[in-house]
Amino acid sequence: MNALLVVLGAMVGAPLRYLVDIFVQSRHRSAFPWGTFAVNVTGSLLLGLLAGGVAAHGGPAWALTLVGSGFCGAFTTFSTFGFETVRLLEQRREGLALLNVLGSVAVGLAACAGGFAFASALIGS
Amino acid sequence: MSHGPDDPLPVDSDVEPGDLPAGETGLRELLRTRVDVLLAIAVGGAIGSLGRWGLAQAWPAQRGGFPWPTFTVNVLGGLLLGVLMVLVADVWPGQRYVRPFLGVGVLGGFTTFSTYALDTRALIAAGSGGTAALYVGATLVAGLIAVFVGLATTRRLVRP
Repeated sequence: MNALLVVLGAMVGAPLRYLVDIFVQSRHRSAFPWGTFAVNVTGSLLLGLLAGGVAAHGGPAWALTLVGSGFCGAFTTFSTFGFETVRLLEQRREGLALLNVLGSVAVGLAACAGGFAFASALIGS
Repeated sequence: MSHGPDDPLPVDSDVEPGDLPAGETGLRELLRTRVDVLLAIAVGGAIGSLGRWGLAQAWPAQRGGFPWPTFTVNVLGGLLLGVLMVLVADVWPGQRYVRPFLGVGVLGGFTTFSTYALDTRALIAAGSGGTAALYVGATLVAGLIAVFVGLATTRRLVRP
């Protein structure tokens, strides 16, 4: 049952990453990988909101499996983020590579922690 | 061996410049012409995500401890994506489904940025700030080295 929830969430999350990436990449001309940055930050925000809400409400655990492990796990990606950073380094775009690493980690973590705090405050109050 | 600025590999492995719609092609048009590609990504994403979830079930991280399952999938997925992208460019060029299925789907679903962020938040909240910093740094360093090693060794093998 849990495996099915993961499959359902992932079957939506993975193609949606591709579509959002196309949407973002076709709207700017910079070499910075804004598409993957956008999915990783929004996916981290969503997982933070969900985990904060589930922690404050005491469940349901299936929501974490479906939306957390399934949807958010497949919507966000570490492999593409790492690949882009290495390719930027190979192209001697060290500044953009550093910006991608620091920006993705700082903004992604802030989005996740902020979403967690917001949802726990909202549901816990 | 071609690499660096002259290497034909893209920066974004999920959406190459050739994947972008030409002109004002709407979302409906994109969905109509690429429903098969989206399906390949969905099936691949399900397989990769099941692998990530299965590993986390079999090998749960200790509360306040180093999140080994997420670290492992992210580093391993980076290595495999480096290998795959050279193979897609040099060995299997022009294949419609290989990169969407294996790269965007399986490896994109296997690795995760959101759980990386949530793991880090949980470590900080549990008072394990040192482990959180180690986890953030070690995942970045090992993940980037893994991509580099995957790219470099595969280039050496297929571009003699």
